Order: sequence, then structure tokens, then C-alpha cells
Amino acid sequence: MTDPGAVARTSDAVRPGPFTLPSGHAAAAILAAGIGSFALGVFALAGDASTSMARLFTFYRPTGPLSGVTISAIVVWLIAWIALAVPWGGKSVGMAKITWAALVLLALGLLLTFPPFMDFLEGK
Amino acid sequence: MEISMRALVTSIHGMGFGALFILLFPVALVELYRLSSSRWTSPPSPAELRVARVCLLAMIVLGWCAVFMGAYVIYPWYRAVPPIGTADLAHYPQQLLMSSRRTIGWHELGMEWKEHLAWFAPIAMTMVGYVFMKYGSSLYRQRQIRAAVLAFTIVAFVAAGITGLFGAFLNKNAPVRGGALITLMGGKSP
Repeated sequence: MTDPGAVARTSDAVRPGPFTLPSGHAAAAILAAGIGSFALGVFALAGDASTSMARLFTFYRPTGPLSGVTISAIVVWLIAWIALAVPWGGKSVGMAKITWAALVLLALGLLLTFPPFMDFLEGK
Repeated sequence: MEISMRALVTSIHGMGFGALFILLFPVALVELYRLSSSRWTSPPSPAELRVARVCLLAMIVLGWCAVFMGAYVIYPWYRAVPPIGTADLAHYPQQLLMSSRRTIGWHELGMEWKEHLAWFAPIAMTMVGYVFMKYGSSLYRQRQIRAAVLAFTIVAFVAAGITGLFGAFLNKNAPVRGGALITLMGGKSP
């Protein structure tokens, strides 16, 4: 795979000017990772809080609800990635808001999987 | 010198996939920062870019292998339910930990956090790997993308570190036992 940055820097020495790939592909991947992380947290909480959800998430009996929680989160992550990459790919999008949204979703996802916080939300 | 099949598989999961994944983080972080830093004065060589790409690709493969092996091979052994009346819980790690007030926390905090937390790392590193493969060192012109990639890498590192730490402590307090015995080396008679 060629490296666009290396080409840009070499040519910069001769011809200064901005050389940037459109940010759309990265934005889709970053936001989708945030959405997938958040989905993991929400599904983990749902599986822990409700026995009917735990049953629903039991895709593979020996692993229990963890199987459905993680597989569902992966599916949400990949669908979000494709759904965002289609309209954003090849375009430049505002990265600041997308980066912050992804990081907030990631932080919420992490928080939702922390057992004492789960217990707090479930009123245990 | 013998090892049980389950202990061997657990070692491959933790010491193989998991530890190698964590060991590659410093390389990935340094390479990502270095190759995408705006302080660069000369373009990175193809060899340097190859190192970063191979490192990230290896992390993606190791990360996914670690979580899938953990969830679908080892976790079922960990959470196995003993037959009613079983007194010796050595082969039922979750039940063994939950049988004592002194060890129940290893399950309720350690395993219950670890089983979910681990998955953040491969998700994050897959994104990081994709973005780096796509943009290469041109990331130095995209401050926001670079910041997001580095932030996700650091979070993945912390998540993998906590997961590995709890994995080691859980295995110390209630190791996964059982399966066929594998003889690694014949010993001398005492």
C-alpha cells in the first residue's frame, strides 16, 4: 500500500500546499468504533439487569449471555461503520464533533461495563 | 512435566494472544505518534511504515483471537455449573470464587468487568489499524483524526492491561483445570 503522507511530504519540499485525504473514511471508522463501544456497554447492562434479556442474548449456551452481548455489539459496530462510510467516504467532514462524539460514546460504553456502576444503575 | 489441556489453552489465550497483544502496544503507540507527528522533518521510510502496519495488523489478529478464545473456549469452563452436592469446586472456578467472601470479589468485579472490557481493545485497534492503513503518515496533517486514533489506542491499552491483570489474578485464585494431561517432558526418577 502506498503511503499518501510520504508522497505529500516529498512533494511539499518542492510545491507547498495542502495534501489531505478526505476525512470521511476515518470519521466513519472512528464514530462507528464509538457506537460499537457504546452498544457493548448498553447490551452488557441489559443482559445483567434483565433475565429475559439475558435469555435473549444467550446465542451460545456454554458462554451464556456474553455471547449475544458481544456478537450484537460487533454487528451494531459493523453496520454503523458501513452505514457511515457509504455517505461519508470520499468526502471531508467536520472531525471535531465526530471525534468528541466517538470519545463520549467510548467513555459511556466503558462506564456501562464497570460492575459497580452497573449495580448502581440497577439499584443493587 | 505435565500440563492439562485446559491449562495449556488458557496459557495460549493469556500468555500467547493476550500478552503479545499488550506487548505490541508500546511499539504501536510510538510508531503511530512518530509517523503521524507534525514534528517530522523527513518522510518515513517504507521500512518504518511496514513495521507500523505489521505491528497493527498483528495486534488486530491477536486481539480478536484472544477475546473469541476467551469467550467461547475458556469462559464456558470457568462458568461450568457443578452437579448438586459437589464438595470439591476445584474444577468450577466461578463457583469456587463465589463460595467464599474472601474471593467472591474476584468474580463479581474481576471477571464481570473483564468479560466485557476485553472487547473494547480489538474494536478500537481494528479502527486504528484501518485508519492508519488508509491514511498512513498523512495523519500528520489531520490533527483531529490523529488525536482520536491515539486516544482509542490508549483506551485499548488500558482496557487490555486491566483485562490481563484480572485474568492473571483470576487464574491465580481459581485456575481453569481439567482436560487431558499433556506430557511436555519426561522427568528423572526422584
